[in-house]
Amino acid sequence: MRAWRKFISAGGPKPIMLSLVDVSAGYSSLRALFGVSLEVAAGETVGVIGPNGAGKTTLMRVISGLVAAFAGAITLDGRSIVGVPPHRIVEHGIAHVPENRRLFPRLTVEDNLRIGAFIPAARHHFAEQLAWVYQLFPQLRERRRQPAGTLSGGEQQMCAIGRALMSRPRLLLMDEPSAGLAPLVVQQVFDLIRRIRAEGLTVLIVEQNVQQVLEVVDRAYLLEVGSIRLAGTSTELKNNEFIRKAYMGL
Amino acid sequence: MDMFLLEAAINGLLLAGVLALLTLGLNLIFGVIDVVWIAYADLVMCGMYAVYWLFAVYGWPLPLAFAVSVLGVAALGMMVHVLIIAPILSSAPINQLLATGGLLYFLQSFATLLFTTDFRNIGVRLPIIEIGGIYISYSRLLAFGVALVGATALYLFLKRTYIGTAIRAIAQDREIIGLMGVDQRRIYLVTSAIGGALAGLGACLLALQYDVHPFIGNTFGPLIFMICVLGGLGNMIGGFVAAFIISQIIAIGGYYFSTELSYVLAFMLFIVLMFIRPQGIVGR
Repeated sequence: MRAWRKFISAGGPKPIMLSLVDVSAGYSSLRALFGVSLEVAAGETVGVIGPNGAGKTTLMRVISGLVAAFAGAITLDGRSIVGVPPHRIVEHGIAHVPENRRLFPRLTVEDNLRIGAFIPAARHHFAEQLAWVYQLFPQLRERRRQPAGTLSGGEQQMCAIGRALMSRPRLLLMDEPSAGLAPLVVQQVFDLIRRIRAEGLTVLIVEQNVQQVLEVVDRAYLLEVGSIRLAGTSTELKNNEFIRKAYMGL
Repeated sequence: MDMFLLEAAINGLLLAGVLALLTLGLNLIFGVIDVVWIAYADLVMCGMYAVYWLFAVYGWPLPLAFAVSVLGVAALGMMVHVLIIAPILSSAPINQLLATGGLLYFLQSFATLLFTTDFRNIGVRLPIIEIGGIYISYSRLLAFGVALVGATALYLFLKRTYIGTAIRAIAQDREIIGLMGVDQRRIYLVTSAIGGALAGLGACLLALQYDVHPFIGNTFGPLIFMICVLGGLGNMIGGFVAAFIISQIIAIGGYYFSTELSYVLAFMLFIVLMFIRPQGIVGR
């Protein structure tokens, strides 16, 4: 186990890593989040589920600094990250796997991974981190000289996750990792998430695929029209009548 | 084969080196910042004046004068970005074009005011060398060699370094690059400095061969823009190939007809090719 992950796997009470209190955010003409509060403890895997247009992507973007918060507090390990630009947020230890993967299509797989290690703290550990990502995703090693745009959907998702891991994050944000992928590949992506979890990383994942995501997370929040409607452990939510009817078709 | 034709072809090849270097700078800036520096050739003019003053007037050693000129034009490139481009980065492309076009007239008028319209030469006479009956100007050979070294250095920088990788990536997704920890403004500044440095390097090589005057940018400025567009704007390899094609047309056309007519031929070919392949000769 690498030293930087050791403290996460150490026992004892888990401190709150990420905390959002009453966060409102959106775009010039449209407000997407209305007073959202949520918490992620160190070592936890937390899901945010909800329908299209609920504000899930905005939530991810407000955490990583791509969208400015109108109001509310966002703290990482107790320190405010409101108003910090995205390239600084990465240095605080948050990596964001964006919706639709957003790889640099004409760069090779390895160049995509290299750019993931752009911050000085990650550069010093490039070789070690690259070896780890290739061990997690052996297919990426085989395709390392190929332009990322030529990969299959599942491989692109691996590359996007690998790119985020290259910055040696403590918190990984994943926005709809299963979107646009074939059913078989969706299964692979959720297997990937289990493996990343097993590595001891803290993960916040946004998904429309409610049934699958509740199988990999510890807790989840239901986001509807920009507000948190329900929260609970994955078992509680799996047995919740409303969730079963509205989101699992049961 | 005719010896004189071969000589013309070799001289064309050597001319291509400097043109390719300048094309590279212009393409880099367009490819990364999405802005065309209309006044690029006039930055070269500034660099040539820097070489002239430092070397011929103040008597600095030539290598030192060259190094300071390259750094000076690199700094000028950063100033162009910070003072002119950055404030209008999100406005319409036509405004950016007009702003750098304004810079062209500003630099030319300012140079006229400071230096008058006199033609000035740094007074270095490099020998003409003869290889098997073919005469080659040593300054052109040197210019070609330095241009190739410069282009190779740029290639390695873009391929092997983190900043170089970010420079190649940024145009592919300007939003997501921030999530990688890359500060867009810093990349734009570094790119502008490199673009300026390439103009400065071109200035050193041209100062060995030509007189400097305030309007020297007009003689090769349109040519490098044509080469850029012919190779596909922002496509560095395309620009490189186009530089060699155009300079061959000029050199060989100049041998058969006259230099003036060869420029007409080059621009005619350009217009025709724009109809056939508007995306550039080395299209994606």
